[in-house]
Amino acid sequence: MSNLAIRVDNVGKRFRIGVKEEQYRSLRTALTDAVTAPFRRAAAVMQGRASQASDEEIWALRNISFEIKKGEVVGIIGGNGAGKSTLLKILSRITEPSEGRIGINGRVGSLLEVGTGFHAELTGRENIHLNGAILGMRRAEIARKFDEIIAFAELDKFLDTPVKHYSSGMYMRLAFAVAAHLETEILIVDEVLAVGDAAFQKKCLGKMNTVAKAGRTVLFVSHNMGAIMQLCTKAIILDQGRLRNQGPCREVTKEYLASMVRQDKMDLRNEKRRSGDGRLRFVAAYLRDEKGERTELPVAGHAVDVVLEFEAQEELTQVQFMLTIFNHVGVAVTHCNMDAEGKRFRVPAGRGHVTCRIPKLPLPHGQYKISAVAADHIERLDSVPTACAFDVESSDFYTTSFMPAIEHSTALVEHSWSFSRPNGQH
Amino acid sequence: MKSESNPSQWEEFDLVLAPARGWVPVQLRQLWEYRELLFFFVWRDVKVRYKQTILGAAWAILQPVFTMVVFSLFFGRLAKVPSDGLPYPIFAYAALVPWAFFSQGLIQAADSLVGSANLIKKVFFPRLLVPLAGVLAGIVDFCFAFVVLLGMMVYFHVWPTVNVLLLPAFLLLALVTALGVGLWLSALNVQFRDVRHTLNFVIQAWLFATPIAYPSSLLPEPWRSVYGLNPMAGVVEGFRWALLGAPPPGAMIWVSALAAIGILVSGAFYFSRMEKTFADTV
Repeated sequence: MSNLAIRVDNVGKRFRIGVKEEQYRSLRTALTDAVTAPFRRAAAVMQGRASQASDEEIWALRNISFEIKKGEVVGIIGGNGAGKSTLLKILSRITEPSEGRIGINGRVGSLLEVGTGFHAELTGRENIHLNGAILGMRRAEIARKFDEIIAFAELDKFLDTPVKHYSSGMYMRLAFAVAAHLETEILIVDEVLAVGDAAFQKKCLGKMNTVAKAGRTVLFVSHNMGAIMQLCTKAIILDQGRLRNQGPCREVTKEYLASMVRQDKMDLRNEKRRSGDGRLRFVAAYLRDEKGERTELPVAGHAVDVVLEFEAQEELTQVQFMLTIFNHVGVAVTHCNMDAEGKRFRVPAGRGHVTCRIPKLPLPHGQYKISAVAADHIERLDSVPTACAFDVESSDFYTTSFMPAIEHSTALVEHSWSFSRPNGQH
Repeated sequence: MKSESNPSQWEEFDLVLAPARGWVPVQLRQLWEYRELLFFFVWRDVKVRYKQTILGAAWAILQPVFTMVVFSLFFGRLAKVPSDGLPYPIFAYAALVPWAFFSQGLIQAADSLVGSANLIKKVFFPRLLVPLAGVLAGIVDFCFAFVVLLGMMVYFHVWPTVNVLLLPAFLLLALVTALGVGLWLSALNVQFRDVRHTLNFVIQAWLFATPIAYPSSLLPEPWRSVYGLNPMAGVVEGFRWALLGAPPPGAMIWVSALAAIGILVSGAFYFSRMEKTFADTV
């Protein structure tokens, strides 16, 4: 018997761009395509564009090879569009590889989403059974673990309430509780820990830890580098569909973080999405941490400098800079404007940069982007909707390990409570 | 990093995934392994179908009963369509019960994959379970409507013969037809949403192409047997024969059975071929 759990050999996944973007074709277009295709192909050949098929396709993954031994806990890291989810989908048999070959030893359980298949009209109890079956548990297995699941979710009072009346936190707790009791030899987990309040997240992480220690093979995708470093023994880095590095978790993640810092200085000179008269143009935007080093992973509660580099065509006398921070759902979380201080800068022609200091970053864990605007008097010089993007690492903002639930906060605010009795009472 | 691909090296794995080309076999064993999930899908569909409706399961009865009333008035009373010597209402209703099962099953199955898009993109299981569950869930509705049929038989003093033992076979024939067509349509619907828009029209045309409002005995042989190419013709005449003692369907039923099996087998193969693309296209 082999000691390998998974072997991935030269795997690639191709999408036809049309298929992915249009989602589905209508019968009419399919029929017209079928009729006109030979003519178009003939025309293409005559014009010397013989291989026109390839430019309609993109490879979400290409030349991916790795091996995972039984009992290894592997973190998969990479930016957006690196192909992490596609890889997990292929390993979970949801979609098929376009090339290459994959060998798997043992039953695979995959959690690509929390609460897949939950039905809003069914009660908590009914959904535990349904969701368990969907995740691949046997009926007897669900029945055996039923009490454990309810205890984990802490929802025994609401067991016979339809889940449509649940709060989103309760819903997530129930969903994770079912998923956490999936006992397959191989477990594939995609970013499911980013749910619920801090206490529950801690509990989930603890559960994942037990799973990892129990000798089962785990593949784990997360943006939370802390969780990856804590749980995984091995890490794989994907970058634009290619495998960039793999090896012991600590070394690989370290290298990854370092490379992120190098990359994050976005060149804005070629940015097309912008407006303004162009007498001043942003050329780069990035963040710096307390030590003055560039970062794309600032820490909540720490000081952060937002640096905007620009180039001015002429001397400008009354320049005003402003920036807005948007969270991952596009909500403007805060706006930093020189009007707040009543300041204006005199900017000579040529290059320069301004720095906006945020002394205590008030953002919870998540993904953000910054839009930057510069104006002279009331003339808009330059406006870039996505000047830079960054992820906030969760941290101990309140220094008491308290973290508000994600559904309750888009910003962290320092605060204090006091209590006083009405006058004259003791 | 590239490892040499020699085939013996893959024997150590329980499962090997590689791109499939062209037609693939229908994975019946896998379906059997996932029978518990099928049960849960059916159970869910049954439970959810009449939630938040005032009339609840009464809808299962109202639809065929209402159609029966309309047919009795216009075809039975006004047009004086013959009914094989049976009272027209029960003649029509005995056909409408399996028809409702078929048409509901077809509608459920055709939309099932698109309706479960989220599930298909996030979890692996044999996709065939989804349309299959859609059709099977209709059996509960069928039972409700069937009880009304029994009541009507008492009212009209129509007593079943021993042929009634064959009734499950005709129900199975309706199921096979609904599933076969459902497999074709659900897989097509993933790629071409036109299916959704044509379905109403197809079902309406099929309703009148099936001897529900009129008896197939209007046709002489051999045309009556050819009529059996519409499997629902066999189902409907079979129901009337087994329950109400109408004239036997004869050779027509065999034609219907063959046609239904043909549709199911071809549908299952087309479905299996398209299955691997569902998660990417749906």
